[in-house]
Amino acid sequence: MPEIRVASVSHSFGDGATRRPVLRDVDVTLTEHRIGVVGANGSGKSTFARLLNGLVHPDSGTVTVDGRDTVRDGREVRRRVGFCFTDPDAQIVMPTVAEDIAFGLRRRGLTKDEVRARTQGALTAYGLEGHADHPAHLLSGGQKQLLALASVLVTDPDLLVLDEPTTLLDLRNAEMVRRLVDGLSQQVVLVTHHLDLLDGFDRVLVFDDGRVVHDGTPADAVAAYRSLVAR
Amino acid sequence: MPVTAVPLYLPGASPVHRLGAGPKLLLLLATGVTLAVWRSPWQVAVALGAVLLLYAVARLPLRVLARQVVALAWVAVPLLAFQWVFASWRTGVGVVGSFVTLVLLAGLVTLTTRTTAMVDAVVRVCGWLRKFGVDPERVGLLLALGIRSVHVVLGLAQEVREAQHARGLRSSPRAFAVPLIVRSLRHADRLGEALSARGVDD
Repeated sequence: MPEIRVASVSHSFGDGATRRPVLRDVDVTLTEHRIGVVGANGSGKSTFARLLNGLVHPDSGTVTVDGRDTVRDGREVRRRVGFCFTDPDAQIVMPTVAEDIAFGLRRRGLTKDEVRARTQGALTAYGLEGHADHPAHLLSGGQKQLLALASVLVTDPDLLVLDEPTTLLDLRNAEMVRRLVDGLSQQVVLVTHHLDLLDGFDRVLVFDDGRVVHDGTPADAVAAYRSLVAR
Repeated sequence: MPVTAVPLYLPGASPVHRLGAGPKLLLLLATGVTLAVWRSPWQVAVALGAVLLLYAVARLPLRVLARQVVALAWVAVPLLAFQWVFASWRTGVGVVGSFVTLVLLAGLVTLTTRTTAMVDAVVRVCGWLRKFGVDPERVGLLLALGIRSVHVVLGLAQEVREAQHARGLRSSPRAFAVPLIVRSLRHADRLGEALSARGVDD
């Protein structure tokens, strides 16, 4: 598994009087297969996730993925780190399902036949084969999230970062996404409010006020998070 | 305008489907230029007839064409009335006929051409822009995002309208426009972030 190293990272939003620290001296090294991140809204967990593929640059400290700095080697990091957002509508770029999956493969030096084959493979693997020419905006919420995941996974990233992928989904679709994530061979960092998604995860970080306040097994982390919320 | 009234690719094997994206876009451009010159009712009628013939050749369902005509009527009828009153019926028929013909032809191109094929054609045509530091892939992406955004903004408009009705603000243009603009900008912001995450910025 890739080694994610977050070294003494702090980050703030805004300037001057509106400056608001969102991460405070975060220091973790992650090598496990499946890593969960939980915390209340505004605790810094989404910013932490965005650090991992260079969407957010740290104000201080460094973030590396397998030794590649997310600021200096941003392009290479983004090729290896796939990112999936909460709202699938915001990450679907092309009008139809197959075209959106194929979009991620542009600029990768692949031939048209290779793109077609990989797109077809992804459509089949994620249960979207019957929707290839279907308008993406007419898919259900769960199918849109599947499409968003397929569009990222077709590029075969080493690490997949998911920022609350089930927040907008009903229980059935959330379960579908959980099964998909469970079956991935890639390293996964999952930010979530759905604590049951973390069953079987190797490690869970609990964020509060921009700091990692607990780092352990899912059971311990969820207990720590619950006691934090109850305070 | 309902989201379904906006055309999107419909798979098919007709000669129109098989024609390359480049020739189709060129035909659209040529028709636009021709209709800027041809303004008499019979000339416009010939062009409109040719476009309708192409719809028949493309073997597209009649309801697809009907939906587009109904959606266009909201603009075409008031425009025709305006031109008729302030200019002449001939001018009205010429202007509105050209408008309807071009929109229907653009719809036909979208209905029979994959966006990827159009993007590829645009990227090829814009290859020379590289000399001036313009990335043709970006121009193609702009086209794809434009097509996709029509549906996104229509979807947002529908949601805003429903929220407006739920709060009893049926006739307030401000209560419609402000949240629509804010939500569209927020969507653009998130889309930009998603594109960066997918390495488009690199």
